[in-house]
Amino acid sequence: MRFNHKRPLMALAMLVAALALAVGISACGSGSSTTSAESTEAEGGEGTGGEAGTITSNPANAKVSLTIGSKNFPEQEILGEIYTQALQAAGYKAKSDLSLGSETVALKTLKAGKISGYPEYASTALTAFFGLEPEEVPSGATAAWEKSNEEFEKEGLTAFEPTPFASANAVGTLKSTAEKYHLKTISDLEGVSEKLSLYGSPECEERIDCLAGLEKYYGLKFKEFKPVDIELRYTVLEKGQADLSILFTTDPQLAAESEKFVILEDDKHVFPAGNVIFVTSKKVAEEAGPDYQQTIEDVQKGLTLKVMQELDARVELERQSPKEAAAAYLESAGYVE
Amino acid sequence: MNGLLPHSLLADFGGAFEFIFQKQVSNVTGGHKVGGFGKVAELALTQIELSVVSLTVAILVAVPIGLYFGHRGTGEALAIGLGNASRAVPELAVIALLAAVVGVGFETLTVTLALLGIPPILTNTFTGIRQVDRASVEAARGIGMTEFEILRKVELPMAVPGVMSGVRTSSINVIATATIAPLAGVVTLGAFILNENVYGPNGVLAGAIVTAIVALIFEFALAGLQRRLTSKGLRLQAQ
Repeated sequence: MRFNHKRPLMALAMLVAALALAVGISACGSGSSTTSAESTEAEGGEGTGGEAGTITSNPANAKVSLTIGSKNFPEQEILGEIYTQALQAAGYKAKSDLSLGSETVALKTLKAGKISGYPEYASTALTAFFGLEPEEVPSGATAAWEKSNEEFEKEGLTAFEPTPFASANAVGTLKSTAEKYHLKTISDLEGVSEKLSLYGSPECEERIDCLAGLEKYYGLKFKEFKPVDIELRYTVLEKGQADLSILFTTDPQLAAESEKFVILEDDKHVFPAGNVIFVTSKKVAEEAGPDYQQTIEDVQKGLTLKVMQELDARVELERQSPKEAAAAYLESAGYVE
Repeated sequence: MNGLLPHSLLADFGGAFEFIFQKQVSNVTGGHKVGGFGKVAELALTQIELSVVSLTVAILVAVPIGLYFGHRGTGEALAIGLGNASRAVPELAVIALLAAVVGVGFETLTVTLALLGIPPILTNTFTGIRQVDRASVEAARGIGMTEFEILRKVELPMAVPGVMSGVRTSSINVIATATIAPLAGVVTLGAFILNENVYGPNGVLAGAIVTAIVALIFEFALAGLQRRLTSKGLRLQAQ
């Protein structure tokens, strides 16, 4: 489950990164090279084990035009591109319309028929669209998918099978802070949270799967909560401004810099993990034929947590475009030649 | 969904006003309600505080520089060029840069918004001074005024409308842009605008409406101040 954020800041963060490089600060340079090494290895592994095989183009699909949407942050854009490129490989006339905004906007766009479908986290769908409390979200990927699909069906929509990986919010901190206060789980914050500041996206404060949930279910009170742009979630920890920061379990930084950042175990399950389900309208699914669902479900089979983290790393740390990252995934996993 | 039909537009505004005066249910909060007069007022006050501090810093930096170069009559390219060039600096870039160097918070936002506020004040002060009738300045010099006296007693009073029009432009820019503050640690009315997920379309519109009201109040207050600061002679001239 990830939040909406402002795209301009990402572009500007790139600028900052470029400046930083120019000045010769190579802090993230070393991180990136580790990631890319891991990434080739893991994706190669997926490729050899890839049971799905190469996507074959079906000439019958050429008359179907599809527009694949996404919400407005890197992971979503990568997923949108993966689906788009896979559908193109299957012979569809597919284009992407990424960065639509928050889930509310994406769903509206889908219902208005302006996009054919977009990837959504099952947990987000259940809590934000269908009003479930976080503890009511089924913990199994299949159960959560079935539950959301049931609701989507009522609205003329349908959701395809979930991805192998799941993404959730997490309370993260520097390893040194965790050691100082003996923090392993979020419950360990009891008694010390009053001394600690928590930073999160601007909407975190009111959200039940964020600060509101930490207060309600863990009974925690923090010294202060400060909103920051999602792009700054690691910066505030590194700068020593934030003691705790809301991170995402798929963050590439967690894999690349595991010696520096840690996440606290969500022992009371306030942050439901969401596998991605591709949401589309029933009408589009019927018109597009069986290859539509088949292609989408096949192409996401290689998307394990590790692979997704590495794709996120390509975009967030190495500044590749989502399009390039998606193409690299399809190729190394053997979906296209 | 709802087009540009007047009745739905009215309905949208009605929803926004409800949000301002009464707490509303939200999908993502797990029960507790959002918005309401207390919260709106709290965020509006934060926005006003941030805007006033930033605008004050901008005035303290821009007016002396504008006066100095305006009086000397040199550095036009520098004053106007720098002023205009800095308008092109995106605020979010400044925040991203400062966040990585000094961190996020009130100070970072003050610097960012002051940078935004400086150009119009600088340019308008400079041109305001330059446009003072040269004959008056020469006459003042002729009766033996020092350069500082000329600036203070002749040029500055006559340049007040110019300086103030710069301040008024800046105040609108600064108040409107202070809505990005929730991206850097300070919760202003922008929180309603940035988080449609939480506050819904009513919250977004409410944030925009209250921001516009704050900007208008500033505009009227500064217009009043300008009238008081402008010397009687100039006021008569303008009529």
